[in-house]
Parts: sequence; C-alpha cells; structure tokens
Amino acid sequence: MHLILFIVFAGFCLAGAINLLLQSHPINSALSLIVVMTSLAVLYLLLGAEFLAAAQVIVYAGAIMVLFTFVVMLLNAGREERTMRSRAARAVGFPAVVAILGVIATVILKAQGLDTATLGQGLTDAKGASNIEELSRILFTELLLPFEVTSVLILVAILGAVALASHGDGSRRANGERTAAK
Amino acid sequence: MNLFSQEVPLSWYLLLSAVLFTLGVVGFLIKRNLIAVFMSIELMLNAVNLSFVTFAHQWNAVKGQIFVFFVMMVAAAEAAVGLAIIIAVFRARATLAVDRIDLMKL
Repeated sequence: MHLILFIVFAGFCLAGAINLLLQSHPINSALSLIVVMTSLAVLYLLLGAEFLAAAQVIVYAGAIMVLFTFVVMLLNAGREERTMRSRAARAVGFPAVVAILGVIATVILKAQGLDTATLGQGLTDAKGASNIEELSRILFTELLLPFEVTSVLILVAILGAVALASHGDGSRRANGERTAAK
Repeated sequence: MNLFSQEVPLSWYLLLSAVLFTLGVVGFLIKRNLIAVFMSIELMLNAVNLSFVTFAHQWNAVKGQIFVFFVMMVAAAEAAVGLAIIIAVFRARATLAVDRIDLMKL
C-alpha cells in the first residue's frame, strides 16, 4: 500500500513539475505547482510528518500559491515568449544540471544504511503519541529564540512588501492607464 | 518487489527530491517569465524540504522537521517580498520577460 501511494504521488509530483516547465502560460504553471505541493504533502504524511503535511497544504498550496495566482492575474501575465537568447544557459547550464543530478543520484544510490519507510510509522511511534507533541515541545523550549526571530522576519517582510508594492508613482500610472483604456 | 509492500526505500524519496530540484534548476534556466522563474525557485525549496523530512525519518530526529517549518516561514516571507519586487519591476518596465529586464547587464 505504501509503495502504491508513493508511486502514485511521486508520479503526480514529477508530472506537475514537468508540466510547470512545459506550460507557456504562468497561470498553468501555478496550477501545476499546486499539484506538486499537494502531492508532497501526501509524501510527508507517508514519512510520518503529519504537522508538516498540514502546514504544506495550508502555507504552500494555500497561502503562497494564492499569492502567486493573485499576482499573475493582477499583472495580466500573458504567454511567455520563448526566446532562446541565453547561450550561457545552453552551453554551461544544462551540462551542469546533468552533472549535479548525476552526482546526487550516485551519492544517494551508493549510500549505505538508509532505512526503509513504513506506513504509519511516525518519529515518536514508540511513545504512541503524534510527533506534533514532540515537535512543539522542542520548538517552544529549545528553539524559542529562532521561533521568535522568525516572527520579526515575517513582520519585516510584510513591511517590505507594502513599501515595495506601493512605491513610486503607482497611483498616477494606474490613473493614466485607466484614462488610456477609455 | 511486491506492489503491496509496506516498505519503500528512503533512497527513492531522496532520488525524487534530487529530480525535483533538478527540474527546478532547469525551469530557472529556460523559463522566460519572471513569475515562472520565481515558481521554479519555490519548486527547488520544496525539493530540499522533502529531503529534510526524509532524513528526519532516517535519523528519527524531530529537529529535521522543525527545520522544514522554518524553511516554510522563510519561504512565505520570500514569496511576499519577491512578488512585491515583481510588481515594482512591472510598474517600472511594463514587462515580465526576463530578457527585457537587462538594465544591469554589461
């Protein structure tokens, strides 16, 4: 059962990622990315990370991708033009990509002592509790300072996003476009 | 291998993560739309998260999962700021094609 679930959702992941590359319209790429992220949430669940599976769906597939689709619609992004202008990407980039994949795959396949994942086997299975308990205990005791620093990071990101998005003569340009449309 | 087997080697998860990361790099290289390039970066982040979760399972260490949690929060902040930058670039240049945004090119 675990193997079937893994094959199905790994297939969804790869199909979504390849579709992201092939689609020329950004909204189709965004929808493929949602497929990838939701399938990854199922894979997290198979690996016994229930909290991360929920967070993946809520934060990534929910919040971040809504932001993406919102920006795609706001900017009215059309089809991308396929210019093969970048010679550096073809000459250096793709051999480098193949080399990276080859090195990583060799290292992984030669690695000794990798376990197998069993369905329903969480990290703290011996205690019979969900690993959310263990996760939150460490997060709010040992790693409390990084956790609080992250809230400051989020605050700065919100301020930065507002400052950047409302920068300059945005309102004037918007008015100009509106009169031009008339 | 029995198809109804309860066990999947962890190296398969790591290989999937490597392939997803590589697809993200390829997307970063071939996509010509600023938003699509940004989506490829998100794909790479997700691939790395998968290998974090896999290793957390391997070493039975919950800190690997906490690291993924932090990566998610940083990715949320990054997405907000990055998309705001994309909107600012679109206002300034009225285009999303990365070939036309070449002010800093020599």
